[in-house]
Amino acid sequence: MSFINYASREINCKIVYYGPGLCGKTTNLQYVYQKTAPEAKGKMISLATETERTLFFDFLPLSLGEIRGFKTRFHLYTVPGQVFYDASRKLILKGVDGVVFVADSQEERIDANIESLENLRINLKEQGYDLDKLPYIIQYNKRDLPDVMTIEDLRRELNTTNVPEFEACATTGEGVFETLKAVAKLILIDLKRGK
Amino acid sequence: MSNPTLVMYEDEFQEVNDVIERLLKEANAKIIFLVDKNGQLISGVGETDRFDTTSLASLTAGNIAATGGLAKLIGEKEFSILFHEGEKDNLHISIVGGRVILVVLFDSRSSLGLVRLRVKKASEELSAIFEKLMKKSEEREKSGSSDFPFAEITDEDIDNLFS
Repeated sequence: MSFINYASREINCKIVYYGPGLCGKTTNLQYVYQKTAPEAKGKMISLATETERTLFFDFLPLSLGEIRGFKTRFHLYTVPGQVFYDASRKLILKGVDGVVFVADSQEERIDANIESLENLRINLKEQGYDLDKLPYIIQYNKRDLPDVMTIEDLRRELNTTNVPEFEACATTGEGVFETLKAVAKLILIDLKRGK
Repeated sequence: MSNPTLVMYEDEFQEVNDVIERLLKEANAKIIFLVDKNGQLISGVGETDRFDTTSLASLTAGNIAATGGLAKLIGEKEFSILFHEGEKDNLHISIVGGRVILVVLFDSRSSLGLVRLRVKKASEELSAIFEKLMKKSEEREKSGSSDFPFAEITDEDIDNLFS
């Protein structure tokens, strides 16, 4: 649910990075934070455990520039990926405008990916959203690792609805901005249609 | 979709600011801000330059969401007031009209009792403004006279953002 402020001429949108534990959601945000000009970003907040596992969420506000005199701001959130944090994940999906599903490309994580994607659908449904009607992108992360599945196999398992997809290596930044741009663009197109 | 887009118009923005400016003075607070439940900052008054209001807004909404989750677990609808006491500064957080969050930051120059009293009165006024705002957006949508700024944008405009 975007927020349009005619008085300050701003449009705010919320993007949520979803995916199984340790798939690289926080790393995506950290890379965006590192590579963004100081004037375009706010402070990155990570509510994490002592071992740097996300406990509640990471948050990164970005402002992209103006469209027709309106400042566009995107608020990036990650969810905690670990299965037992489901109650927290549901809360973060409230008011979401677009979703990035970060998949871990390693063979041994395919079940975790599938479980997390099902969990995403269920949690969105509880909030009254349908994943197939939301701006939604899949990112196949960790492409640099040795035991990864082929893109064809990943697509068959995870991208049955044929949404835009990107290969990435979040630690080096490959594919990170491509993913973000794609989801931001889908959100703006949705706004244009007046959804 | 479960929530319609929140739209703020200039008239209502001014009314909202008048109410929270007055609350700032009457409650002797340092800053006051309004956040929607999704963490978007609606407005802020007082010493806002000294604080990272975007982060405050996001964490406040996370806080309200988390305590709302707790409330449901014990069979409550929500906890409508939260109070955080610090050594010097305190936060009084309350839900207004079931939709927006009012945050008052105050120190020893004020007191919890005073803040609670003033917040109660201001909340009623704010509820009325937001109620009006919702009706206004709905009516504009129904009549099709939406002056939505994005209806006219082109793919090129969107691409330019990322250049």
